[in-house]
Amino acid sequence: MKNFKGKALFLDRSDINTDEIIPAKYLTESSKAALKPYLLEDLEISGFNPRTDIGGKAVIVTRANFGCGSSREHAPWALEVNGINVVIAENFARIFRQNMYNCGMMAIEMAPDQIAYLFDQYADRDCEIEVDVDKGVVKIAAGDQKDCIPVKIADFDKCLVKAGGWVEYADRNY
Amino acid sequence: MMGKTLAQKIFDRHLVNKPFGDEINVLRLDAVFCHEITTPIAINDLVARGKDRVFDPTKIKAVIDHVTPAKDSKTAEQGKSLRDWARRHGIKDFFDIGRNGVCHAIFPEKGFVRPGYTVIMGDSHTCTHGAFGAFAAGVGSTDLEVGILKGVCTFKEPKMMKFVLKGTLPAGVYSKDVILFLIRELTVNGATNMVMEFTGPIIDTMSMEARMTLCNMAIEAGGTCGVCYPDMTTVEYLWPFIKEEFASKEAALAEYRQWVSDPDAEYAAVREYDLSDLEPMVTYGNKPDQVKTVREMTGTPVDQVYIGSCTNGRIEDLRIAAGIIKGQKISDSLRGIVSPATPAIFSRALEEGLIQIFQDAGFCVTNPTCGACLGMSNGVLANGEVCASTTNRNFTGRMGKGGTVHLMSPATAAATAIAGKIVNSPLFKG
Repeated sequence: MKNFKGKALFLDRSDINTDEIIPAKYLTESSKAALKPYLLEDLEISGFNPRTDIGGKAVIVTRANFGCGSSREHAPWALEVNGINVVIAENFARIFRQNMYNCGMMAIEMAPDQIAYLFDQYADRDCEIEVDVDKGVVKIAAGDQKDCIPVKIADFDKCLVKAGGWVEYADRNY
Repeated sequence: MMGKTLAQKIFDRHLVNKPFGDEINVLRLDAVFCHEITTPIAINDLVARGKDRVFDPTKIKAVIDHVTPAKDSKTAEQGKSLRDWARRHGIKDFFDIGRNGVCHAIFPEKGFVRPGYTVIMGDSHTCTHGAFGAFAAGVGSTDLEVGILKGVCTFKEPKMMKFVLKGTLPAGVYSKDVILFLIRELTVNGATNMVMEFTGPIIDTMSMEARMTLCNMAIEAGGTCGVCYPDMTTVEYLWPFIKEEFASKEAALAEYRQWVSDPDAEYAAVREYDLSDLEPMVTYGNKPDQVKTVREMTGTPVDQVYIGSCTNGRIEDLRIAAGIIKGQKISDSLRGIVSPATPAIFSRALEEGLIQIFQDAGFCVTNPTCGACLGMSNGVLANGEVCASTTNRNFTGRMGKGGTVHLMSPATAAATAIAGKIVNSPLFKG
């Protein structure tokens, strides 16, 4: 399994699309590693600087419809090569969400009020998040404050996370 | 027992199994479409795993379309990867430069999509092919890879959303205006995990080209697929490819009508609209649901007009645009680019004199390619520039870093090219 624990990056906007996650001009790269410097390059959120704010982060917390737009799996790959294997949001675009689990990464949904709570309590702090896949909980901690939020991880998604992706599973079973 | 929708019937017919109960359906695929941007990575991974195989070379169709001719070494390598792979596996339906076109235009044109089919491609606008009464969905490179290897793909049971579109579209209002209007109604997240079923008298009178434009943008509301019921228009379009299969068009229609939703099928939502007063629509901002009437946006200055793409680069689109442009010059304040979506469309446009009309007006006519739509080649915007475009996405930086895109119909784009700023076409009298 991939790493699902580390510092959180809060992106306070809905509908962050795949062109913002990784612009199309980089789709000519033939390795995942080459995408690393360009993650979120075109994302314009006040106070966010992709050059300084991504390093050292392992989890993204954001609002609704993350990953809308293109089918490019370069979006999860660009996250992965930056050490980010988890995105927590109100909901996700279908293709992006499936791409995450197909790569053995996690796209975790929480209710809008839970996401609002995370932004309210943790967005401005040095915050660490850990996903416990087996227990189905997300643990958040900053200083003395801690929360443990149960989340639904579907059996198929859990299976992909544990198998490290869809290709091996499919080749064994179909 | 409750009736079934078109998509549910397709799921039933193609179900391999449900390995995790009702959570997920593994479906058998009738067609796997491939292009040179998202497929080479899947090919490389298959090779690295020692699984460089294809499930059925006759069901895999491949095209180099996103950057063609190759613009640099990296895009040349991507093309080469797809070309070598197609040859290695005996994939006969591979379309290289000179015979290639935008995937969602050339594959239907070749008759590769039939009612009741399941289709995947590593491209989000694969939803276009639902216009034929098929279930067609965009997927990432890993799903594509498994599709190539095993001919299966996983899908959740889709929720169904039905649109009943009534009335008659006014002159100068097209399916592009309809879909922009519907995306504004739904928002960019309003149809996520849903199949959008388009029905009603407006759809009944639409050509296949217009239905493809409509279904093409289902993804911009988050939809998995847009679908139209197969009817005689579908049969007429497919007839050159199916005439050996059926004794008559009526027989083909009778067969295809199984791919229509039952009257008592259950929907997550049903929306009815009378579109008799619809106006030409255009996007502002950088999300496809940010839509106003052209009237509200009239006068917006533009640096480039782009007519093409899998949304609006078909012959009908070029006819409409050329009809407005004929005998006029585009404004000195902008440049115009027309990109017919396939070689057949290009040839037809040449025969009909449309290419000459565009050239005389001052348009650059390019070879078929996705090119500028996603800011890869053939018309990338400079920082601060504005493009009036018949494409499908106005995301920040989509057609070039710092550029702005206004999505619109070919008629509005053509009128805008003449005026030098966004205006309604003279065909719209509203």
